[in-house]
Amino acid sequence: MSKYSNITFKGFRRENGRVGVRNHVVILPVDDISNAACEAVANNVKGTMAIPHAYGRLQFGEDLETHFRTIIGTGANPNVHSVVVIGIEPEWTKRIADGIRTTGKNVAEFSIEQKGDFETIRAASWAAKEFVHMATEIQREECSVNELWVSTKCGESDTTTGLGSCPTVGNMYDKLLPEGITGFFGETSEITGAEHICQKRAINEEVGERWYKMWKAYQDDVIFAHQTDDLSDSQPTKGNILGGLTTIEEKALGNLEKIGRTSKFIDILEPAEAPNSGAGLYFMDSSSAAAECVTLMAAGGAVIHTFPTGQGNVVGNPIVPVIKITANPRTVRTMGEHVDVDVSGVLRREQTIDEAGDALIEMIRRTANGRNTAAEALGHREFSMTKLYRSA
Amino acid sequence: MSNPIPNEVPHLLVHEEADNVGVVVVEGLTAGTDMLCCITHDNSTFRLTAGADVPIGHKIALKDLKDGDTAIKYGEDIGKVIADIVKGGHVHTHNVKTKRW
Repeated sequence: MSKYSNITFKGFRRENGRVGVRNHVVILPVDDISNAACEAVANNVKGTMAIPHAYGRLQFGEDLETHFRTIIGTGANPNVHSVVVIGIEPEWTKRIADGIRTTGKNVAEFSIEQKGDFETIRAASWAAKEFVHMATEIQREECSVNELWVSTKCGESDTTTGLGSCPTVGNMYDKLLPEGITGFFGETSEITGAEHICQKRAINEEVGERWYKMWKAYQDDVIFAHQTDDLSDSQPTKGNILGGLTTIEEKALGNLEKIGRTSKFIDILEPAEAPNSGAGLYFMDSSSAAAECVTLMAAGGAVIHTFPTGQGNVVGNPIVPVIKITANPRTVRTMGEHVDVDVSGVLRREQTIDEAGDALIEMIRRTANGRNTAAEALGHREFSMTKLYRSA
Repeated sequence: MSNPIPNEVPHLLVHEEADNVGVVVVEGLTAGTDMLCCITHDNSTFRLTAGADVPIGHKIALKDLKDGDTAIKYGEDIGKVIADIVKGGHVHTHNVKTKRW
């Protein structure tokens, strides 16, 4: 027993046993052309949220599978109480609705063809209103720390993230993974320069080798296949460079601080794939772009996201609270409204990483209990689909 | 945790003993500042004179680095030096480049 073993919080226990920390009623479009109907339903029925997005038509193969996993995973996330699914035609709409129904939660599906927006919106609004009544009668109940699924990805990184905010997240994982939480990290391209270290953080050689093959495939099939000059204009980003990061190697070494000193990852996930090897830390093959990565990890089932930033990334997510951590005192001063956990004391040597990790754990507990994060209060609901290649 | 030197906040943090660059962690650092430098790995300290005005988050060379040398941070290779850098000088994209792409 550690001092972290007894952490509890009030969460929403779902039909499949998973625990959510929010209780959203979501109006979920299957495809881009159903966004308008979803937004109209969300406008009609207060307490619901539409999640518009850019894709869903004429995708095929692995790209289509990634789309389905992302949309189904979003609806299935335990932070979501119930879902109204709207698509242009009934078949893919049903596929998504049925995918979400495997969790046991309430799902209603509507398709627009041969009805039009008006009739679809009318029928869907009735269903949405019923779901709001049900959701608002649900009570939070006591849950234990090991029921939390916590993801991480950093953004607008600078040298202070490697010194302060990323090791803070790493310290949290080193303390909470032994308590049985499920964790996610990823950002495939951003491990470049630290891949030799990341591979060694696999639980065993077999997982390490699979991880290396996945990382190498992205390097070869995407980066080297599509680069025009080099990636120095994208990785590090212009914001990273302004913040003092010079190379991808330097950025990657700072990034990897997020998995701490002792944590090992037990398996590798496809983009938006839900873990199925039990509690522990997972690497999700994912973009390093903030909104894309958080969207994929939320679809994989994370209920809280921890987001270290240096220069001040402002990203949020519609269904998952994103906790911002920064060690950069200038960012605390100039962008304080975005900061949930200020660990700038680490740079002043007034705060240890151990103390910063405890401060983050306390903020995770409060967020799980219902405290709105800065990103939630500011209305940041970025939802970005990962697109693997052009649609047919 | 108490400061390595009470009442003085470090200007520069260095991850590992083996590193040849450190990170400026205060705003408005000016050339000529007698910097308190702290190695975070063991909390040991040393002093170094800043050779330039360097913004917070940017790096400073802990020793003279020559074209072709390797920049070391976290005790690891973070890229190649592509122009000579004097001890105390500003280290960034003008004098260090990735070895990856």
